[in-house]
Amino acid sequence: MAGGPARQYNNRLVRWIEYRLPIFSAVEATIGRDMPTPKNLNYWWSLGSVLFLALIIQIATGIFLAMHYIPNGAMAFDSVEHIMRNVNHGWLLRYVHANGASLFFAAAYIHILRGMYYGSYKAPRELLWIIGVVILVIMMATAFMGYVLPWGQMSFWAATVITNLFSAIPWVGSEITTWLWGGFAVDSPTLQRFFSLHYLLPFVIFGVSLLHVWALHVHGPTNPMGISARSKQDTVPYHPYYTSKYMSVIGLALIILAFFVFYEPLFLSHADNFIAANPLQTPPNIVPEWYFLPFYAILRSVPDKLGGVILFGASIAILFLLPWLDTSRVRSARFRPTYRYFFWIFVLDVIVLGWVGAQHPEGTPLLIGRLATIYYFAHFIIILPFVGWFERPRPLPESISKPVLKSGAAATEAAE
Amino acid sequence: MATTAHDKGEEGTRRDFIFVAATAAAAVGAGVAVWPFVNSMNPSRDVLAEATLEVDLAPIEEGQRITVMWRKKPVFIDHRSAKRIAEAQNVDLGELKDPQADADRVQKPEWLVMVGICTHLGCIPQGQRVGERQGDYDGWFCPCHGSHYDTSGRIRKGPAPSNLEVPPYAFISDTTIQLG
Repeated sequence: MAGGPARQYNNRLVRWIEYRLPIFSAVEATIGRDMPTPKNLNYWWSLGSVLFLALIIQIATGIFLAMHYIPNGAMAFDSVEHIMRNVNHGWLLRYVHANGASLFFAAAYIHILRGMYYGSYKAPRELLWIIGVVILVIMMATAFMGYVLPWGQMSFWAATVITNLFSAIPWVGSEITTWLWGGFAVDSPTLQRFFSLHYLLPFVIFGVSLLHVWALHVHGPTNPMGISARSKQDTVPYHPYYTSKYMSVIGLALIILAFFVFYEPLFLSHADNFIAANPLQTPPNIVPEWYFLPFYAILRSVPDKLGGVILFGASIAILFLLPWLDTSRVRSARFRPTYRYFFWIFVLDVIVLGWVGAQHPEGTPLLIGRLATIYYFAHFIIILPFVGWFERPRPLPESISKPVLKSGAAATEAAE
Repeated sequence: MATTAHDKGEEGTRRDFIFVAATAAAAVGAGVAVWPFVNSMNPSRDVLAEATLEVDLAPIEEGQRITVMWRKKPVFIDHRSAKRIAEAQNVDLGELKDPQADADRVQKPEWLVMVGICTHLGCIPQGQRVGERQGDYDGWFCPCHGSHYDTSGRIRKGPAPSNLEVPPYAFISDTTIQLG
């Protein structure tokens, strides 16, 4: 993240620090005046900023919630009610934290779909994409463990079902689950280690996201045309052009978050989680949070335990291979007439899986879930490689500025 | 590994040997240092100490099913009727997903004792209380992912891979068992 031309700062303190630790120029070269950015980035490129905001909100509210929460099976449920009723603004911290998780995932999923539509994962940005998928996996683990902490019925049974996924591992499955639980079932020791890791992992996400930004800045962001910026004419400085653009999106994200927090704080939660954890009573229908539903549907659509667990893991792990499964050399779906349609069918398929994940695994939803699961994997393993092979992409423009200016070449000449 | 001027033949030098030995020692040391951290997550002594439980069977009527807690897990005890015993015994083992004779799952045919945790993903199957779904085989039904167990607790239909687990137990008198 270093580099860029040496800048002379007027402020003496800034100059003193800059000489010893060039942090001001590093920031300017990352999100400031010295970061040349393709000038055609649309609003779908703003989700990275929203994700950063969401991470900060989660860490900030989480630290203060942890000052009042008790990670013990006998007291956890009551301590959450204590936060809601007795702690000053405790209700606000908790509702922002709970709904902030949904904001985080919504932004992450749009961010990922942006990458899939515009081919952001293609060379030379494969590692950038892979680091992003690593962040997604850590996010999922963090969100799952956080959901367990209130120790309601859904918390307890989500913990039971998900930790039991590991019991499908041949030979050592039951030893691994006993080790994960710290006992013979989900209980206080499990809750306490989940709390410890739930506190740790957001900071790991923070660290890995710095690697993500570092990798991003080696080759710069892609853009809606999917062609590289060639000249100064194709770029604008990140600040103030994109800082101001992304600020407006951050404002919109905060409005949406505030709507949920203040008007529908429980819209995305389950009534069963208002019942304290009871190891003797499984709720009639265990449903995860909305952001896990598509993957849960894949898990449940397989009639075999180990097979279900393998497909569940594969549905996320396959994202790691995406840069090599997509054989097309054209990045942006704008110039890919066939892939474009398959992209939207894929989005629809994931939404269908999400609906199936919330239904009882019987009858029609089970059948639809199985078909949607097959399509999910077919998209990656069959459609992407073959479409890239037979599709005839539309001609790419010579440069980013060419289609924008009436005559890009003429403008270049005039400038010279 | 650095090639030095002394490095003439096929054999490694003393320096290579020291390099390999030091790396190996460091790796073993790291492994030994990690183990206490990993092992600290295994069940602690107080958890292990709660490992046995005595249950008095005398008050359980024929046809009644009760649930007791053992090692924080529910244990189903079923005082089976003659009809259910016959159902459990007259099954062709060939049609079972996890073939096991009823006689191998009980010590006395009228008492069926098993851990009441679905072998799929750990939910508690229904069928213990009057009015709950007992599945297609008069046994237990898991609502989470739709597994059906028969009157011997064997998996008959659904995603669960194996029969409900029979815990270690012994009759310490005619009407008392000790779990664990």
